Amino acid sequence: MGLHMPRGTLIVCLLIVGALALLPLLESRYLIDLATEIMVYALFALSLNVIIGFSGNVSFGHAAYFAIGGYVNAILLTTYGWPLWLSFPAAVVLSALAAAFVAYFCTRLTDIYFAMLTLAFSMLVWAIAFKWRSVTGGDDGFVGVAVPAFIDSRVPFFYFTLVIVTGSIALLWTICHSAFGQALVAVRENLTRAGFIGVNTRMMRGLAFVVAGTFAGVAGAIFAMYNRGVYTESAFWTESAQVLIMTLLGGMYSFFGPAIGAAVLYILERFANEYTEYWPTVAGLILLVIVLVLPEGLVGLARRIGARLVRRSGA
Amino acid sequence: MDMLLSNPTFVLIQVLNSISLGMNLFIIAAGLSLIFGVLRVINFAHGAFYMFGAYIMFTVAQEAELGFVTGVVAAAAGLAAIAVVVERGLFRWLYDKEHLMQLLLTFAIVLLMGDLAKIIWGTDQLSVSYPDALRGATDLGVTFYPTYRLMLAVIGPLIFLGLWLLIERTRWGRLTRAATQDMEMLSALGINVPMIYIVIFVIGSALAGVGGALAAPINSPTPGMDATIIVECFVIVIIGGLGSLWGSFVGALIYGFVFNFGSVIVPNWQDVFAFLLLMAVLLVRPWGLYGKPEREGH
Repeated sequence: MGLHMPRGTLIVCLLIVGALALLPLLESRYLIDLATEIMVYALFALSLNVIIGFSGNVSFGHAAYFAIGGYVNAILLTTYGWPLWLSFPAAVVLSALAAAFVAYFCTRLTDIYFAMLTLAFSMLVWAIAFKWRSVTGGDDGFVGVAVPAFIDSRVPFFYFTLVIVTGSIALLWTICHSAFGQALVAVRENLTRAGFIGVNTRMMRGLAFVVAGTFAGVAGAIFAMYNRGVYTESAFWTESAQVLIMTLLGGMYSFFGPAIGAAVLYILERFANEYTEYWPTVAGLILLVIVLVLPEGLVGLARRIGARLVRRSGA
Repeated sequence: MDMLLSNPTFVLIQVLNSISLGMNLFIIAAGLSLIFGVLRVINFAHGAFYMFGAYIMFTVAQEAELGFVTGVVAAAAGLAAIAVVVERGLFRWLYDKEHLMQLLLTFAIVLLMGDLAKIIWGTDQLSVSYPDALRGATDLGVTFYPTYRLMLAVIGPLIFLGLWLLIERTRWGRLTRAATQDMEMLSALGINVPMIYIVIFVIGSALAGVGGALAAPINSPTPGMDATIIVECFVIVIIGGLGSLWGSFVGALIYGFVFNFGSVIVPNWQDVFAFLLLMAVLLVRPWGLYGKPEREGH
């Protein structure tokens, strides 16, 4: 690895960003909305993978930080009339702080306990959003977010999202492939040995959690403005499950896998919702398939097929 | 708040409320903890099992009018049957895989059962009436107290005693405890370990069903009750210590008291108190009050 992206990957990334930048030329509202939503979820899923794919823990409560980013940005913009350049960073910082607080407790334990605790803490965030009606709007949600004028229509907002998400993903990539990211992989592969060679494993797992929470906060802050509202459901554990499934569907052992998973799952959900109200069943079945036959996700599947083709053509 | 200081009867009622809530939660949390103790799997679907217990109670006791006891038995039997299907059909493929996959599998079951409940019972809040014999209040001398809640406060310790005797005082219980220590050795000695796994999973799941059935008259069955209860169970077993029967008993009692008195002192924020307690326990004893440190290895 190292800090330079392989040329092939870099070209594909630039092509995707370039294609997205040209998307508004098609003048399809549907496509612009879809692309905006997928970008937000891609960032959300990639952020979760810092915990799963790189540090080897599973968070069942990642939606909490998405929700915190969303609520804080929405409340500061609307209730307090802050400008975006203050409210957005404040939302991200608060998500990071919340993640650091939870990480302090969760990293005392590993594995199953870690998963249970992340879920429990996210439901605490949900409960607070639900009960603190005067600030969050309770179960009616926080509606009527005051979106700044310069991004107050579809296409400008799309470009705003494209810039922020691309920048965030580039930053995440750099973090994951730095010495820090390498140390995280060591922690994932063998916690005890990583400890022996001098890695502060608890600190590393905590930092991974904070990085993940920070970028989930970015995604949430964008989404609150896109939706012009934040709802308690965004912190509910089923939302955490959704992003978890995205991450695993794409493939947790590849950096970009979760983004692919996010796109596939989101489009599937869009279609499924046209035919059935039982999306959770579909999601549950997808999860079963991942667990029983596709543990490395779509990227893993593609690699396997690729390897087989190479072998066949070589023979 | 003032009532707490000036009115002993009020305090007594709150104490009884705490115990009856704690005991209802104990029944459910004990199942979760028991399963973890032997199978080393946290069943995220335990809350869904509880929800099904409550719904089965509604169908059997309320709609079919077959009576309260039949409802409890049906809930236990129904969940036992679901447990057999889940264990044989899904769980057994994953015992040697990593924990992540097991957790995800149980999560998939949560999603599927949530929708299944909506298909069968709809999304309305359903009400289950109290059984005739337990309706009304009992005279405790100083005050009257709802008979049904009193029954819960009694039934919890009985179930605790039953489980304790089963695990600590029977041959089968000894085998179960041995299975938690060294499954391969037990298997080599000719013991049918898979059978122990099924039976434990069935008992644990049936407890969730019974807990749900008993809670049904108090907490009207409704979609989403699975999420609330599983978080409560997590808080209890983490406070008490995963895999420990005493842990779930004491943890559930503590939770009952914190929740009830919390709601008296600062109404509406009782959930937060339980979490403050959880954090305190994590700082001092990360493995819970009665838990043992995690074993090494992956």
